[in-house]
Amino acid sequence: METERKQEKKEKIPRQAMPEQDPARRIKNFDEVPLGYSPETAVKEARRCIQCKKPGCIAGCPVEVQIPKFIREIAAGDFLAAARTLKETNSLPAVCGRVCPQEDQCEKECVLGKKGEPVAIGRLERFAADYERAQGEVSVPPVAPPNGKRVAVIGAGPSGLTIAGDLAKLGYEVTVFEALHKAGGVLIYGIPEFRLPKAIVEAEVAYLEKLGVKIVLNTVIGRLKTVDDLFAEGFHAVYVAVGAGAPVFMNIPGENLSGIYSANEYLTRSNLMKAYRFPEYDTPIIRGRNVAVVGGGNVAMDAVRTALRLGAQNAYIIYRRSEKEMPARIEEVHHAREEGVKFLLLTNPVEYLGDDGGWVRGVRCIRMELGEPDASGRRSPIPVPGSEFVIDVDTVVVAVGTMANPIVPATTPGLETNRRGYIVTLDEWGRTTRENVYAGGDIVTGSATVILAMGAGRKAAAAIHKKLGS
Amino acid sequence: MSPNYVITQKQNLSETVVRMEIRAPEIAKRRRAGQFVVLKIDEKGERIPLTIVDSDAEAGTITIIFQVVGKTTARMAEEMGVGDAFEVVQGPLGRPTEIENFGRVVCVGGGVGVGVIYPITKALKEAGNEVVSIIGARTKDLVILEDEMAAVSDRLIVCTDDGSYGFHGFVSVVLEDLIASGERIDRVFAIGPVPMMKVVAEVTRPAGIPTIVSLNPIMVDATGMCGACRVSVGGRTRFACVDGPEFDGHEVDFDLLTKRLRMYCEQEAEAYERHRCGWHGN
Repeated sequence: METERKQEKKEKIPRQAMPEQDPARRIKNFDEVPLGYSPETAVKEARRCIQCKKPGCIAGCPVEVQIPKFIREIAAGDFLAAARTLKETNSLPAVCGRVCPQEDQCEKECVLGKKGEPVAIGRLERFAADYERAQGEVSVPPVAPPNGKRVAVIGAGPSGLTIAGDLAKLGYEVTVFEALHKAGGVLIYGIPEFRLPKAIVEAEVAYLEKLGVKIVLNTVIGRLKTVDDLFAEGFHAVYVAVGAGAPVFMNIPGENLSGIYSANEYLTRSNLMKAYRFPEYDTPIIRGRNVAVVGGGNVAMDAVRTALRLGAQNAYIIYRRSEKEMPARIEEVHHAREEGVKFLLLTNPVEYLGDDGGWVRGVRCIRMELGEPDASGRRSPIPVPGSEFVIDVDTVVVAVGTMANPIVPATTPGLETNRRGYIVTLDEWGRTTRENVYAGGDIVTGSATVILAMGAGRKAAAAIHKKLGS
Repeated sequence: MSPNYVITQKQNLSETVVRMEIRAPEIAKRRRAGQFVVLKIDEKGERIPLTIVDSDAEAGTITIIFQVVGKTTARMAEEMGVGDAFEVVQGPLGRPTEIENFGRVVCVGGGVGVGVIYPITKALKEAGNEVVSIIGARTKDLVILEDEMAAVSDRLIVCTDDGSYGFHGFVSVVLEDLIASGERIDRVFAIGPVPMMKVVAEVTRPAGIPTIVSLNPIMVDATGMCGACRVSVGGRTRFACVDGPEFDGHEVDFDLLTKRLRMYCEQEAEAYERHRCGWHGN
């Protein structure tokens, strides 16, 4: 009787909203949009969790965070304990709480979601991690004594940082080689400040360094040294996590006009190089008045919302399918719409028009309609004859995907890749066709999510430990 | 953590051209002719690509030569000296020059491009080629690396646009005369301002002489990630940072390169008023 009443009461608490910066204000700054839960709201939200005996949420998480446990700790007001629980399995909780697609993972499996709204697991994760960081006392878990084994990690993105943390805790001497001048990979160069503050990434990297991970910047493996050189230097295993960093263009006329960027370039200038603070920072970026972003994924949303913050009067998304097929998270599309982004759906660019100086001045588009489902299961877009029209633009960002960067595979004999250039793994543990070379993240799967790349890092850490740890 | 990229030597080659040696032991060991580094001065600095002119593996240093063209290079020339360090020296980047014994080669360098052609000339000479070098500058004071080039060439012709030193005229005119004289030329390497490379490619095209040019478009990451440096070669889009920086001069769309190089003129002028852009976009 008592439990039933309690349960009833719990289900009546609605899913707690997270306060956000007002759209009119936030498009004038690069500060984070969602503002996070207060402790009171977090406890209230945590109390919605019914602590299932067989929790579906854990199974929905690529790194199997002990979700009911950390939520129980939040409900009890022990926020630091919750942060510790998170970090047992997830070395980047403040990041994942922000950028994971929880609606497709843990929250999708939440039993409360069957009838109503699932527990806001992502928001709670973010809260616990932020709380711990704000306390200034980031706990460092016990690290096993050094086991004398050295592991080289290529790429300091989500996958590389995860394996580095896991192996460091197990007593390995881990060195992460990063091509750029800051660690974090896509978390630093790709995802904008307003969605993932860089201070958070820096704090997560500092935490790994506390665990004993050595991070060597400005080092392009395949150029400065090869994978074979790393073995010759005494590393016992190498983990390749270089991402899918090469931009895809559409190869349509006019694509090399000035003012046309890949999403990688546009976001790297703004995020990594802080071009949005030009001229305080030296790297420039074109502050377009009429900006078109081609694509419908999260990267496209990041780019178009960056364009608004750089002062665009008209910021368009040009996407060849309908909103239903958009790969971007619903939340990101919602944020973009709130901020005034104009969506040109079922539309595809066919040509860019330039002026005498070589600057883009317009994009010729064609209307599309949806035909039969293609290999991806999505209905394939078909051009509508005679439906072409031109929109005036002075800046374009092409965000139609990325592909494998060939530098590491091309300089590592015996490391097999598939026909699209991604590294072939022999099993789910990241083993490759080269002995003691493991791979994971986007360089194996093609562009996917932060958390999947982290999951691959965890598995490879376990595999390397099984191989070298005894 | 990153190594300490300290300047170990600095020398003015002319009023606007500076040579620097920087500590970067691993790069010094590894680099080959034709490769470049990306430099960044400090936290707020931009990333700029510069060719590695020379290296000393034993001393652990690399040499760069640059001309003051904007805020970053001006800061390097005016504010940085021996003992100061760069935040970033990343490299070696790009594909090395394809070096073999071609027979008789002509190396053409213009302006600060002489610094870029020097390591290639040296490597070609070491590979057994007969090397004819033609270097040029606007005026006598801007001629750089004359002695160094002479040391790695069988014959060196120096030109100035104003006739203040050596041959009075463009490097391309000397090359044209050389071709007209019937001398056998197996390959031409041309590095300098875009108009110079374009003209050289036009001069060698009728004679069918393979001509390699080195392109220096705007770059950001310089590892193939961003596509800022895309150039059109033979109608195909290539990334200069990973597919180049050297390409077949007869296939390069130099006009596109010129336009793309002007993309940030306004911003660069804003960042550094003295920057001479020569063109103002709208």
